[in-house]
Amino acid sequence: MTALSDTWYMTGRAYRAFLRQPMYVAFTLIQPMIWLLLFGQLFKSVTEIPGFGASNYETYLVPSIVVMSGFFGAGWGGMAILDDLTRGVLDRFLVSPVNRSSLILGRLIVQVLSIVIQAVIILLFGAAVGASYHHIVVGVLVLMVATNLLATAIGALSYGLALLVRREESIIAASNFILMPLQFMSTGFMALILMPHWMQDITKFNPVNWTLVAGRGALGERPNWGPIFENLGYLAVLMVFCAWVSTRAFRSYQRSM
Amino acid sequence: MTESTARERLAIDARDLVKTYKGEVQAVRGVSLRIPAGTVFGLLGPNGAGKSTIVKMLTTLSAPTGGTASVAGYDIVRQQKQVRRSIGCVAQNSGVDVQATGRENLLLQGRVYGMRGAELDKRVDELLLRFGLADVGRRFVKTYSGGMKRKLDVALGLVHSPQVLFLDEPTTGLDPEARAEMWEQIRELAWDQGLTILLTTHYLEEADQLARSLAIVDQGRIITEGSPDELKAELNGDAVTLELSAGTDTDAAKAVAVDRQLLTDVTIDGLVLRGRSADGAAAVPSLLAALESVEIKVSSVTVARPSLDDVYLRHTGRSFTAAEEAAAKSVKAEQEKKGDQR
Repeated sequence: MTALSDTWYMTGRAYRAFLRQPMYVAFTLIQPMIWLLLFGQLFKSVTEIPGFGASNYETYLVPSIVVMSGFFGAGWGGMAILDDLTRGVLDRFLVSPVNRSSLILGRLIVQVLSIVIQAVIILLFGAAVGASYHHIVVGVLVLMVATNLLATAIGALSYGLALLVRREESIIAASNFILMPLQFMSTGFMALILMPHWMQDITKFNPVNWTLVAGRGALGERPNWGPIFENLGYLAVLMVFCAWVSTRAFRSYQRSM
Repeated sequence: MTESTARERLAIDARDLVKTYKGEVQAVRGVSLRIPAGTVFGLLGPNGAGKSTIVKMLTTLSAPTGGTASVAGYDIVRQQKQVRRSIGCVAQNSGVDVQATGRENLLLQGRVYGMRGAELDKRVDELLLRFGLADVGRRFVKTYSGGMKRKLDVALGLVHSPQVLFLDEPTTGLDPEARAEMWEQIRELAWDQGLTILLTTHYLEEADQLARSLAIVDQGRIITEGSPDELKAELNGDAVTLELSAGTDTDAAKAVAVDRQLLTDVTIDGLVLRGRSADGAAAVPSLLAALESVEIKVSSVTVARPSLDDVYLRHTGRSFTAAEEAAAKSVKAEQEKKGDQR
């Protein structure tokens, strides 16, 4: 019971902290729209390349922007934990009888909330600039679940990294070094068939691509449910693994005290 | 009294606590403490002496490498949950959430300890009032001064009315005014029914003023223990300092003080003669008379009661200030070493 109530209160704390950074909230909501407009214009003509497969680039791009915004945001999650750590807030809670998982869970729940809001805005804005979605209810649901599985995995890793290295620079470097290539070596902007062969092979092991196969597939005209569920499965396994890594990092932090 | 009832009355009972960090020297090497309930106990030592590590172990934040301890009657390793419920801890590194208001900080802290509703509201109001934060309770903590933040820290440690309160360097970094205010607060806390306070500090005066009894910690060990007065009484009395007039034969003055057995431990530094006497005030008239009889002129005399600095000097062979400076230097060297690795 205390696990539930502690998680509730820690979620409340993280939620208030999130809302109290209006600039941050504004960027979270506006930046995806800028991506959508910029990439939408920049790569517009790729639909004309024979074999691309989709006729409307916005329709192709919207799921990718939802996924990208979600997991990039999650990559920075460690910064908040690092802030708690350097300010002594984390230690104050560790001295109290608070449920340990609630300290991480509270933040992940707020992350899920912000991703859902962000996704709704991107989907609406996408529709306004010409994207079309099929199977709205199930499609959006699958896209949200997939994006959150990926973002929770990346967020847990980011928390773990913050607890282990305890340096802002390392989190920034790791985010840039890992997240950008993951995005570009996926079908986020370019159809699989038009990628170099070596990159096509990489996409099979790229969690960002698993998310896109599931999310974009479910929003498409004729969803192929087999691969969609297969990729959701991979994402679930990845999330469990990352949560385990994060717990290990937490223990290692406590041992270092 | 049997062993078990004696143990019940101890708020903190630590035996041979040891903490060794990976690849580093021992931070704490065999510390035993027996602190009775309802007292203010001070751990005094220079930075890096191991005080905070002792607090971290007693508050369950850090697992001891060796030894055992009980806090409020519970074992710090086997009964962590009970220990956590019984203690409040104000860490050296302030733990307030600056993105929240003072009130929100206190409410969340209370909820974590299972307090709810009207009981919690009442307690929060009471603490805000007590620490002079009632007017700023609804303001964000990031607008608070250092002294206000520190007071909120102490209030956070008290929300759930703990039996034992740990105050780790409560006044480090505060300006003199805020420090005086904090001392007043801590004195008032000491009156709380049955509250035991373990206070760590590297300020001699703070330990002297606030602690009913104290232990001096140096390089991970307790070097001496007792009430401030007891510790000072162990020394050979008061410090007597004479400033001699210019042109005086200082060696002759020293000979007078030593030969007539007026002072012990006599040293000369320029025109200043220092020594000790069991009763400084009584020794001064005869000392001045003896000097005058050999026509040595004295321009000033001071008698000082022995200080904790003298106590530290006697037990470690170095002055407290020197130990502090050495600690500061090694911290700086460490930081530079880390900087180079970047």
